[in-house]
Amino acid sequence: MAVLPVLVFPDERLKQPAQPVGHFDHALRDFITDLEQTMRAGPGGVGIAAPQVGCQQRIVIVDVSSKPKLVHHGCLILINPEITYRDGSVMGREGCMSVPDFTGNVMRAQNIKLCALDARGAKLELACTGYEARAIQHELDHLDGLLFLDRLVSRRTDLFPRKKYQ
Amino acid sequence: MAPWFMLALVGRDQAGIVARITQALYQGGANLGEASMLRLGGNFAMMLMVSHASDARAVEQLVARDAQELGLTVHVDAITGQLHRHIQPNMSVSVYGADRSGIVARVTGALAKVGFHILNLESDVGGNDQQPLYIMHIEGHCASSVEQLQATLEPITRDGIQIHFETIEPMVG
Repeated sequence: MAVLPVLVFPDERLKQPAQPVGHFDHALRDFITDLEQTMRAGPGGVGIAAPQVGCQQRIVIVDVSSKPKLVHHGCLILINPEITYRDGSVMGREGCMSVPDFTGNVMRAQNIKLCALDARGAKLELACTGYEARAIQHELDHLDGLLFLDRLVSRRTDLFPRKKYQ
Repeated sequence: MAPWFMLALVGRDQAGIVARITQALYQGGANLGEASMLRLGGNFAMMLMVSHASDARAVEQLVARDAQELGLTVHVDAITGQLHRHIQPNMSVSVYGADRSGIVARVTGALAKVGFHILNLESDVGGNDQQPLYIMHIEGHCASSVEQLQATLEPITRDGIQIHFETIEPMVG
């Protein structure tokens, strides 16, 4: 097990799309172990995508279980993930291990459904909401060479309070 | 490392202010750091961290001609600040109500008593001349919970001022 070096923008590799995973072998699972350890070593990190450590494969890990009072699925290992449904739109603050010392507001879907494969290639189907859905959308962006900087919303937009309709 | 200065310029808003001032700074060998610029009531206000191997008077001279032509007043201070000194806000406060004197003073006064450190404050007046609506958004850092803050500001809400707190929990991925 190892904590891998995290790439920091302007590293060009963070802007390149990642390729689908085709082989579900020991090497993949060893990499996932390292990737998860790297995520947990980052301060406050609740997600990581393989391109953040220089691996251009469609692999992300999301685990928001450390945050209190959230609906979540525990530690999610998502390979070749695809969001199949988006609903609602909500603004929230995001940061990124690959963009240190900056956080910004980003609009994300409130609810998503996605399909993915797990570390052994078995199919997963999930419905996620809120903070967990935000983390997944942030990490999936990394697989397409997008950073949250590509989706920033002006902080001044916050001047008008976000009304929560039941 | 060149020292930092805080450069403030204010004047009647018009297109091209930012381009001309920043071009003058760039041509004069200055580097920019954090900045905030916005239109306030038909005026344009700029605050820029400027790094330059000189003194405050020299920084002022870099923009003096353009500022004069644009009708901007200029103020420069040497500062001890540096980049990468952010404090992450953990609480946002949205305030709105019929415009009247004292909203900002009362809200921020109550927040200060519980140690709320304001990192950013923006306000606007909406509505119309007959029924102006004051809207303010604050971000800051505070050790108190939402419930504690609500209790602290409850006397103000009884006067018809809407105050909504929301924790800011950056999602770091």
